[in-house]
Amino acid sequence: MTLTMFLQHLINGISLGSIYALLAIGYTMVYGILRLINFAHGDIFMMGAYIAFYNCVTFLLPWYIAFPIAIIFTTLLGISIERVAYRPLREVPRIYCLISAIGVSLLLENIAIVVFGGRPKAFPCPPIFSQVWDWGGVQVPSLTLYTIIVTLALLVAVTYLVYNTKIGRAMRALSVDFETAMLMGVNVNEVISFTFALGSALAGVGAIMWSLKFPQLVPLMGVWPGLKCFIAAVVGGIGNIPGAMLGGFLLGLIEILIVAFFEKVAGLKYAIAYLALIVILFIKPTGILGKIYEQKA
Amino acid sequence: MGRKNLLNDKILSWISVALLMLFLWWAQKHLDPYLRRLLNLIAINIIWAVTFNLIYGYTGQFSLGHAGFIAIGAYVTALLTMSPDQKAQNFFLAPCIWPLNKIQMPFLLSLIIALLIGALFGVLIGIPSLQFRGDYMAIVTLGFSEILRVIIMNSQRVTNGSLGLKGIPEYTNLLWSWGWAIIVIYITRRLIHSSYGRAFRAIQDDEIAAEAIGIRVFSHKLFAFTVASMFVSLSGGLFANLIGTIDPNLFSFFLTYQVVIIVVLGGVGSITGSVLASVLYVSLFELLRPLDATIKIGSLALPGRPGARMVIISVIFIIVIFFYRQGLMGSKEFSWQWLRTKLYRREA
Repeated sequence: MTLTMFLQHLINGISLGSIYALLAIGYTMVYGILRLINFAHGDIFMMGAYIAFYNCVTFLLPWYIAFPIAIIFTTLLGISIERVAYRPLREVPRIYCLISAIGVSLLLENIAIVVFGGRPKAFPCPPIFSQVWDWGGVQVPSLTLYTIIVTLALLVAVTYLVYNTKIGRAMRALSVDFETAMLMGVNVNEVISFTFALGSALAGVGAIMWSLKFPQLVPLMGVWPGLKCFIAAVVGGIGNIPGAMLGGFLLGLIEILIVAFFEKVAGLKYAIAYLALIVILFIKPTGILGKIYEQKA
Repeated sequence: MGRKNLLNDKILSWISVALLMLFLWWAQKHLDPYLRRLLNLIAINIIWAVTFNLIYGYTGQFSLGHAGFIAIGAYVTALLTMSPDQKAQNFFLAPCIWPLNKIQMPFLLSLIIALLIGALFGVLIGIPSLQFRGDYMAIVTLGFSEILRVIIMNSQRVTNGSLGLKGIPEYTNLLWSWGWAIIVIYITRRLIHSSYGRAFRAIQDDEIAAEAIGIRVFSHKLFAFTVASMFVSLSGGLFANLIGTIDPNLFSFFLTYQVVIIVVLGGVGSITGSVLASVLYVSLFELLRPLDATIKIGSLALPGRPGARMVIISVIFIIVIFFYRQGLMGSKEFSWQWLRTKLYRREA
């Protein structure tokens, strides 16, 4: 293992981790406010990838128009899912929300199978993303670099939004104490819609980067990244946005490095995220950066 | 009067079980294979739903690990019942490891071994998972189930990896599947009406209060979880020897979701509901099958879309959660007393 190889894996890991980080933020924000594992988040991600694909291939839009449309679509999808499937269930036992999320996830996946077809589709890669630079022996695809840059910019923006604006303050207030925040005049519905919009938009960005990196679209493509990113959010400390970013980056790095260093266990890499989850929950149930939340069953 | 009715109830139950068995014995001989298969699937789904109800409906632990336990049972039974020749044919990439490639056991013995291994895994997975509550418990059990699937996929020499196993002897018939379904229903019913069952209910209502009045919460939860895993694993064996071909992807979380759908449809906390919903789900799934295939009306051919029926089932599922959260039965159960009052009212 030479230094260049190590750097190569490191940069791959960071680029994968940044996509995970984008998705993990969506999970952590929703969990922070509603204490709900949004099982449909991974499927919003999948929908974003398909919409971007159809924009590019069927409607022949250039990428700089096609991708924003896909992101707008996922944003609207996220808002409507919350509106239709979660809002009516806010007053009933919380587990029904989880069951409803499972239902929505199944519905989206099967709609995708029916509408888009089960056969894998090849995502087109615009030339600007397919260049490869050579930095002293380290192969850096332009996509990897752009992924990292865009993610960092978005992470800074989200952090600013949550910690320095009025709506961000409302989000944090709701996540600390739902009832008191309501009494203080926070417009709950608006803030929750905004949370879903933000999370889903980030999922849309993540979906496009993911499809450029792994250009094969299948209706169930969102399931594994979705579960992994929820795990990343838990590892980082659920409800905590910097924690989700950290968890996402760590998960991406660990996954790439384990495959690189221990080729024999590469087949088990899917299990690694779950093992990490279970170990973290035992050692430090609140995650790396998390605060203690009341666990209501 | 109460005592007399109780006796009558018991006799009525035994008679109806006997009649059901008689019908199944007849059905096994005279019904066509397609209907027989559906009836078998219903029985297996009943076992899944009733055990899920034992963990969630009665003890309040939302476990999403069913698929993993089904996989354990399916693989154990399949590997034990297949003949050495069959195994040699299946394991063409890498030979099967030593004791497995030589042995072949009768079905009942394999099922019992599957049951014991299921219980073992129930304890092993239950101890860490049951430390958590609510949705954390859900995600951790889902995690264990997926880890099991990945391990099965990567153990080429034990489970034949992602190639799966083909040509499993199809021993499961109606008497096996329904026999076990009735045993599982009976045991679950006895269990939830015992002192354990009352403790389960208390834990479901309020874990802290249950602990405060001296119920050993953790051991009760583990007990319910282990009993359920045991029978789920056994039903996995019935399942494998019914369908004859298994591969790791069969046991993804979709299988677990299917069980969740059935239990919610039937009513959380009702065995009767689980049974009815299993019948309904399997029948509905078959009735909607034409949606997936091409429909021909005269010369017009409407192309079918695979997955269309699952869209309809998920929509029904979501509607049930919104508007009929109690499901078919709520937490009510069928009883002879209930039937009697219905009948007498009609006569009067």
